[in-house]
Amino acid sequence: MRLSPSGLSVPGPSRRSLLRGAGGAALLAGAGIPLLSACGSSGSSSDPKTVTVGSNASDAVPKKAFESVYADFTKQSGITVKVNTKDHNTFQEQINSYLQGTPDDVFNWFAGYRMQFFAAKGLASPIDDVWAKIGDNFPDAMKKLSKGEDGKYYFVPVTTYPWAIFYRKSVFSQHGYQVPTTWDQLVALCKQMKKDGLVPIAFGDKDAWPAMGTFDQINFRLNGYDFHVQLMAGKASWTDSKVRAVFDHWAEILPYHQDGFMGRTWEDAAQTLVSKKAGMYLLGSFVAQQFTNKADLDDLDFFPFPEINSAYGQETVEAPTDGFMVSKSPKNHAGVLKLLEYLGSPAAEEMYLKTDPSVVAASDKASTSAYSPLQKKAFEMIGAAKNLTQFMDRDSRPDFTSTVMQPGLQKFLQNPQGVDSLLSSIERQKKTIFASS
Amino acid sequence: MTTDTTTQTPEAAATAPPGPTPEKKRATQGHRRLLTRRDRITLGLMAGVPTVLHVALVWVTAIASIFLAFTTWDGIGFDSIKWVGLDNFKQLFNDNPQFWPAVQHNIIWFVVLILIPTPFGLFLAVQLDKKIRFSRLYQTAFFLPVVISMACIGFVWQLVYNPDTGLINSIIGANKPGHYIDWIGNPHLNLWAVLIAASWRHTGYMMILYLAGLKSVDPSLREASALDGANEWQTFKSVIFPTLRPTNTVVLVVTIIEALRAFDLVFVFNKGAQGTELLSILVTNNIIGESSRIGYGSAIAVVLLVISLAVIIPYLIATFRKERRA
Repeated sequence: MRLSPSGLSVPGPSRRSLLRGAGGAALLAGAGIPLLSACGSSGSSSDPKTVTVGSNASDAVPKKAFESVYADFTKQSGITVKVNTKDHNTFQEQINSYLQGTPDDVFNWFAGYRMQFFAAKGLASPIDDVWAKIGDNFPDAMKKLSKGEDGKYYFVPVTTYPWAIFYRKSVFSQHGYQVPTTWDQLVALCKQMKKDGLVPIAFGDKDAWPAMGTFDQINFRLNGYDFHVQLMAGKASWTDSKVRAVFDHWAEILPYHQDGFMGRTWEDAAQTLVSKKAGMYLLGSFVAQQFTNKADLDDLDFFPFPEINSAYGQETVEAPTDGFMVSKSPKNHAGVLKLLEYLGSPAAEEMYLKTDPSVVAASDKASTSAYSPLQKKAFEMIGAAKNLTQFMDRDSRPDFTSTVMQPGLQKFLQNPQGVDSLLSSIERQKKTIFASS
Repeated sequence: MTTDTTTQTPEAAATAPPGPTPEKKRATQGHRRLLTRRDRITLGLMAGVPTVLHVALVWVTAIASIFLAFTTWDGIGFDSIKWVGLDNFKQLFNDNPQFWPAVQHNIIWFVVLILIPTPFGLFLAVQLDKKIRFSRLYQTAFFLPVVISMACIGFVWQLVYNPDTGLINSIIGANKPGHYIDWIGNPHLNLWAVLIAASWRHTGYMMILYLAGLKSVDPSLREASALDGANEWQTFKSVIFPTLRPTNTVVLVVTIIEALRAFDLVFVFNKGAQGTELLSILVTNNIIGESSRIGYGSAIAVVLLVISLAVIIPYLIATFRKERRA
């Protein structure tokens, strides 16, 4: 194919660059990079009065909440925040190529290994200078969560929520149940609830992630925070007897879980708690979203997962934390620093929570006066925690958790007897995944 | 690109952008000559752009994924591509607990589609071909599922199968503790549950294909067999069905393709969890995501490609041979 550039009514260069663009784009696509750079359209200006933010807050409530936060920031600093919102799941799936393309200056992300992974790949900027100013606003556990593997800060936390066992106060008082604080009490309570005709533990694992929450709880109660971190980082072995013990404990309470959980979403499982058919439900505090009736919501309460090993007590809380990171070469560096300082302030968190009360502030300086009793309790539990974990898929490589652990845990739930072969299979797969990069 | 002017230029001139002054009037001589520059460019673009797109989007991507199947790559920067030889395939065949079930399920998918909806579609087509009353209405009803996208079918059947609130369990009372039927989660049930939904759609598809085939059967054949005293079944078995041979080939190929590309229905249904693993879903799960296993996912894609080629190549050879003979 030879194209002569002259003598055309169509200007040559535009077509040629189109072809080149198409060819180049196809090459990139062929090599596996989705054409994301074309989507991150907003970040082209280097206007000192503008900061761009890549946002995953695509749901109505968080989106509106962040709008109010940015508006407040603009009022204070005179810097405009240009938000580029993408669907929450799409944002996550494309994060990889988004960060390699022309990302926005600042982007929404999660704390933990997921943040450290991109920091280690050089796709994020360290923000120690911001933390020099906002450090006092956060408890130590939050500070630990915001650091990369190199010890530098890469993350500003904004909101968080705890995982715990949720129950209805009226059900507990009606049957005279006590909140269990040890494993044996939990098992005894399950037995009693079954006798009383309740589903002891509501459960739905259709989306494959809820089971990871149960694993995490038993694991750090039994083996402690450090082992959890090592296991998630691929350093400890899945064939270790400690892991085996986690599954043994799980198998002990599995018969008290709701039937048919593999085909049930967490929302449907939550409905059994709403309708008082279930006694307890281990989930994140977002379960409260399913309590649409005010009276039901006021009846909702929770307690931390009971102690299993007295050496670790209840010191660890699973509290997935959301916040912001800075892309590798932000266009408006000075503006970015100002924005992050603001986002790391209690005022920004309070502003956010006004619109979205389903989470709590990451900072322990934020005012709790507007909190519901449930939020207050969640906030205190997180503030008092010695260690915060982030949930299995945020504490470990997402490719490992999604392709190995999700099907693996579902396999265990189907067949609790086959643990040994399952664990050695997980260990073999883990080795190759963690060795790959 | 040096084709006859008289046949090619009108088309080319019609698609060429209307310039203010056409630089030359077309020569009216009857002899062959080269195309004008503009004709050549137009033709070049018409043939060239699709060629470039096709090569880039089909061939380059296919070859790139074959290459990547022998590497590990997390999708971050080209320098992180590492050559690992056959490691991905070894892992896939030996260590991946989902791989062999996925292959098995793709095969089951094909066998079920060819054994249940295909004969049923043929049966419906034969009935509808008899011009019974309300034939159009039935035809529409059976064909309707084919019009709906697989993803929508997945959503709809998910509602039907939902273990707590779904239609089936609510009717038969199988949503209470003790006697619980988990259509979506139980690995012994869910594949069959999905296959019913897939068959529901495939039946209509097969019916339309066979209906088209039956329309082309020469009515004099039926007449002749009726004169010979054959009953309806004998006519169908010895006269009609043999004439449907070309349709059967198409049906076979279509069904193989449906079985290999099965994806959307299951992805919507339960994302290929325990019991419904499929090769296409394994590819997606490994490649799409925040820190993708692009090399490993490509290895699965290559397996799928090899299986597809093993099916397509004999078909193409047979088709071309027939054409050459004709």
